[in-house]
Amino acid sequence: MNLVDKQVVQNKMNKRIISNRIMRQLFFLASVFGIVVLAVLLYRIFSEGLPYLDLSFLTSFASRFPEEAGIKAAIAGSIWLMAVTAPISLILGVGTAIYLEEYAQENKFTRFIRMNISNLAGVPSVVFGLLGLTVFVRLMEMGRSVIAGGLTMSLLILPIIVVSSQEAIRSIPKNQYEASFAMGATKWQTIRRVVLPAAIPGILTGGILALSRAIGETAPLLMIGALSFIAYLPENIWSGFTVLPIQIFNWTGRPQEEFHLVASAGIIVLLVILLLMNSVAILIRNKFSKRY
Amino acid sequence: MQAASESKHVSILNTNEPDKEETKTIYAVDNFNLWYGDNQALYDVKMDIPMNKVTAIIGPSGCGKSTFIKALNRLVELVPSVKMSGSIKYDDKDIFSPKYKVEDLRTNVGMVFQNPNPFPKSIYENVIYGPKTHGIKKKKVLDEIAEKSLKGAALWDEVKDRLHENAFGLSGGQQQRLCIARCLAIEPDVILMDEPTSALDPISTTKIEELVQNLKKDYSIAIVTHNMQQAARISDKTAFFLNGEVIEYSNTDKLFSNPDDKRTEDYITGRFG
Amino acid sequence: MAVNVKEMMNEKKSNQHLLRILEKVAPVFFLLCAIISVLTTIGIILTLLVETITFFNRVSFVEFITGTEWWPFGENASYGILPLISGTLLITVIAMIVAIPIGLASAIYLSEFAPPKVRKVVKPVLEVLAGIPTIVYGFFALTFVTPMLQIAIDDLPIFNALSPGIVVGIMIIPMIASLSEDAMSSVPNSIREGALAMGSTRLEVALKVIVPAALSGIIASFVLGVSRAIGETMIVSVAAGSTPKLTTDVTESIQTMTGYIVQVTLGDASYGSTTYYSIYAVGMTLFVFTLIMNLLSQYISRRFKEDY
Repeated sequence: MNLVDKQVVQNKMNKRIISNRIMRQLFFLASVFGIVVLAVLLYRIFSEGLPYLDLSFLTSFASRFPEEAGIKAAIAGSIWLMAVTAPISLILGVGTAIYLEEYAQENKFTRFIRMNISNLAGVPSVVFGLLGLTVFVRLMEMGRSVIAGGLTMSLLILPIIVVSSQEAIRSIPKNQYEASFAMGATKWQTIRRVVLPAAIPGILTGGILALSRAIGETAPLLMIGALSFIAYLPENIWSGFTVLPIQIFNWTGRPQEEFHLVASAGIIVLLVILLLMNSVAILIRNKFSKRY
Repeated sequence: MQAASESKHVSILNTNEPDKEETKTIYAVDNFNLWYGDNQALYDVKMDIPMNKVTAIIGPSGCGKSTFIKALNRLVELVPSVKMSGSIKYDDKDIFSPKYKVEDLRTNVGMVFQNPNPFPKSIYENVIYGPKTHGIKKKKVLDEIAEKSLKGAALWDEVKDRLHENAFGLSGGQQQRLCIARCLAIEPDVILMDEPTSALDPISTTKIEELVQNLKKDYSIAIVTHNMQQAARISDKTAFFLNGEVIEYSNTDKLFSNPDDKRTEDYITGRFG
Repeated sequence: MAVNVKEMMNEKKSNQHLLRILEKVAPVFFLLCAIISVLTTIGIILTLLVETITFFNRVSFVEFITGTEWWPFGENASYGILPLISGTLLITVIAMIVAIPIGLASAIYLSEFAPPKVRKVVKPVLEVLAGIPTIVYGFFALTFVTPMLQIAIDDLPIFNALSPGIVVGIMIIPMIASLSEDAMSSVPNSIREGALAMGSTRLEVALKVIVPAALSGIIASFVLGVSRAIGETMIVSVAAGSTPKLTTDVTESIQTMTGYIVQVTLGDASYGSTTYYSIYAVGMTLFVFTLIMNLLSQYISRRFKEDY
């Protein structure tokens, strides 16, 4: 007696194969959804913003009149902000990663630091804004300045930099350490002359990606009071400032339709900067991948 | 228990054996035990390594020979759970004494590893890594060291025109000789080799073996190998390790032709391992 | 001619005082860097706590967590956070309705069906989507998605929950897709082959074998998505409006916790006013919500981790 009736199996087979085919198409459509959204988004923004994007847009200050509005102060502000954020977050982030990977003993304190970093990565950016507003702007009396914004941003992207730097350091084979130690190099010498040079491409890639997150962040800077309507360039780290995303937010919030077109032009500038940063990161990654 | 007393017996025998020429001992290991966490990897190792000779350490995988050679320059301490007892004296000084600087030890004792491990830098930068680390900065001196070391490692002729290319462009055998050159650059007294040819093809292996024969004049060499023919070809003395113990340690000719211990005989005749 | 390396190195050794100091200072410096991250957490908690306590000295805690009206301005201000929470949850629910099916379906496709060529296109696009600043998504919600929805739904106001909810969902898709795909890709091929060898279709392998095996990672990605939706600020600030309302009607204008915080900091709530302190109480609530979600996600992926 046959326990499995071949005829029944055959009959069901066709149905199973058809549902496989249908679902496969549905899954495919879901994956393509992202591409469609991206295409629509880019098309909208470029078709609206390109006519406004010219040299005078890049070199003018904000204005009450859409046709005169420019993004000069915001570009300068974003650059200033990066100039503060990049060194601080990289030094702190890479330092933390070196500590965790090279010096930390496996104990409660180390586990606590690790857990702390992974939780910090999930804290919403507005909460970092509250921290910056309270500690940097008010408590330390930095005011609504570039340095207050830069410090807030540094703390915000610190977890990303720590994690990517840890990965970069961890990917160095143990035999590299052995080779250096076996020649009588000290721990610090080994870190400085073997570990860091080998990890730097990974650290830079992660760092640039983290900074590109910072350059697009709006909320924390709104909270510490980066101004949206300034007609001067920051002179030093104590100056007031605005950044690209805040300028875009400001234009988006205007009722006049024309300002939405100006916002599109601003978004194009922001996206181009992000594209450049990401390309550099990818170039570094490709140039230095496949070693050991 | 019996094995341990036997091995002690053997080594005592050996030290009493009259040598034709007087040789100084560079490493004196006594009563050395080592644990990884709770697992004991080495038991009561007692062994003297002579100066300006090639000492081979053989045994099946997992017998503790690599652990032992990495204990000689304290590199084994990179494993966090490691614990040790007993003494290892290098040049009559206890290397585990708190006053002894491990960096000094490792400056005098070079090491070549199982897999070639050049740094991802140029050939030149690899060779001068050690001297530079130890504070030599003058370009002229460094150039000279690089040339001398590469010649010492029989690599100079192959790479002299591309010193500033990445070391990863070299073949496996060349990379291993580069690692030897890198080790020679700090002019060590002892070179420890941990299965230096196990990852290489036969031709590269021959080259390294010839190199070891040449280096013997100026350096004391301890070489771990799982290749018994290699030990027989290149070494003056051989130690046989089994399960973390030194079973037998004597002149290479004697060990391979007329071993004292049954287990040594079983191993070298290929009955296990 | 002959260089005596040894002697030279020994000479240098005497003046390597600096190196010895560096050797001791370096670990201390790195430890300090690591401690900054701990200080950041302490700073966040203290900031929120201290100002929240000041807030609760003026407003009763019970009113705060049970009140159904949030009107922090003027004479008869009332501070019931429920409307802000309901607004936040409304956005989150809409976002997850968009993000979970599409994200999971993309993950299944990428991990189980996609030919390498398609993967090569789709994965970078998802990465790009993940890297687009939220203000751009906000702009997109307000100037494209809302007008589109207005065509479909009569009388849909400019500010509503639906449009930013959908766009927050779109923003989260890449995260759910890539984390779920990681979880599914880490199921070993032998399991796949075993099921295929018995005549299962690809679909059956994916739904009956791979998804269950990777479930902890998939659920963890959903929870993380929820946390992200709760904390999202700019999209809702731009497109959801600023009228806190206890409602489940997605076509109405609402306000989220994050939206409120931004609104207050943009306006000129004077330092020291109850309105000013209220943003910390709301921030604290937000922080607790996201922290619970993050811990839950970590717990799920650790507790139910499959070992192969």
